[in-house]
Amino acid sequence: MSTLASGLRVAHPHSIEEAIAARAQNPGSRFLGGGTDLIVNMRRQIDTPNALIDLSRVDEMAEIVAKGDILRIGAGVTIASLAGDASIAPYKAVVQAAEGIAGPGHRNMATVGGNLCQDTRCIYYNQSEWWRSANSFCLKHRGDTCHVAPQGQRCHAAYSGDLAPALLVFNPEIDIAAPKGCRRMPLADLFVEDGRAHLSLTEGELVVAVRLPAAPPPSAYAKVRVRGAIDFPLAGVAVALTSSGGKVGSLRIALTGTNSRPFLLADTDRFAGRAVDDKLLQEIDRLVQKQVQPMRTTTASSNYRRVAAAALARRLVAQLAGQGAA
Amino acid sequence: MHAPSPPPRKRLLRLKLNGRWREDAVAESDLLVDYLRDVAHLTGTKTGCDGGECGACTVLVDGKAVPSCITLAVRCEGCSVETIEGMATQGRLDRLQRAFHEKLGTQCGFCTPGMIMAAEALLRRNPNPSDEDIRAALAGNLCRCTGYVKIIESIKAAAEVTP
Repeated sequence: MSTLASGLRVAHPHSIEEAIAARAQNPGSRFLGGGTDLIVNMRRQIDTPNALIDLSRVDEMAEIVAKGDILRIGAGVTIASLAGDASIAPYKAVVQAAEGIAGPGHRNMATVGGNLCQDTRCIYYNQSEWWRSANSFCLKHRGDTCHVAPQGQRCHAAYSGDLAPALLVFNPEIDIAAPKGCRRMPLADLFVEDGRAHLSLTEGELVVAVRLPAAPPPSAYAKVRVRGAIDFPLAGVAVALTSSGGKVGSLRIALTGTNSRPFLLADTDRFAGRAVDDKLLQEIDRLVQKQVQPMRTTTASSNYRRVAAAALARRLVAQLAGQGAA
Repeated sequence: MHAPSPPPRKRLLRLKLNGRWREDAVAESDLLVDYLRDVAHLTGTKTGCDGGECGACTVLVDGKAVPSCITLAVRCEGCSVETIEGMATQGRLDRLQRAFHEKLGTQCGFCTPGMIMAAEALLRRNPNPSDEDIRAALAGNLCRCTGYVKIIESIKAAAEVTP
């Protein structure tokens, strides 16, 4: 790893307004959340901003506030704070996802906004400068070929955040600040199926909060990874399930690690009214396998990740149903 | 090739290092681990993977364990930073250092400062940790010698000693 470029500037705004203004003044700058993803990428020279806008002193982004039927989580809340906050406890999938993110030291630094907006990952991308140079770089950075799918025209780097799927099953919105004002949109619309440009944010925009609806359904999150102690998900699955009389009321399943974006599994509405039995679980398994698109972006095979994602989904649905959630 | 970088812009960094306030001129691009080792000359904190993956550089910032190789030094303005050098007092080993020594929690010793700082953060918030608590607290710290068993025994032994 190399040190950071010596000419790097760091600004420390104390408000969202100041942060947005600092970013607008310098198109070569980047917002800095916890830095557990960005600083590593800068040390690998795959991200080379000339300045960082440190958001750690923006207090208004570091709060979790319940107001009416919305729980508003500031994008600057650390993952450790999120995991331990009593108001998050009913959102079980979020707690489980947060507790499984990286190691304890990372969770003390990393933030909700940073985790949501983290870069996509690939074995041809998250490497040192000399490694990538020896491989003629790649489509995502400085190269013209995707080594995962050389015939194609797009980057297949995988989105590997844990929080996104866990939040998506609750259908949240996000607040975005920008030089031209604020806007609000569904979290699902933040993500795009393109490993090179996986966020829909426009220049200078900043995710400032996540808005979760109150009264969440029972939920769970699980992932498979190479190293159990700390690692990014090879596949991660969140499930939210309600029912009455042993039959499915609503079922939402979200995935990460398998595509260039986290996404809600389509067509789960058709399971409403069905009993949670082996036949249903097999159908869920098939639906997951049909919609995920793992590519050769990790050391594990893409087929393993496809099968693992389906198995996790099946397992979590059965588990939630067995707990009486369904 | 990248264009040569402009000279670093330095600023005054004020922080409390192992209990004593100090001020140093640091480049805005300096990482905390490099500040500790090259400016403060506290070389107990180790540079391992350099990417936040091994935990050898773990220090406490305002009481929380963080990997110093991915922490900007200028972010620690006004903070309390604690390193392995701050553990012993008046030449006497701290309870964790003593336990690691007596229970053979150290072999080559490279990961030990990070292990001890991560363990110190744990014992401050949970004075009587279970094996599972210890494993969870050390999840970000790699050791290639001990196999971890002796490390966990060391931390359990330290927990039985009144600080």
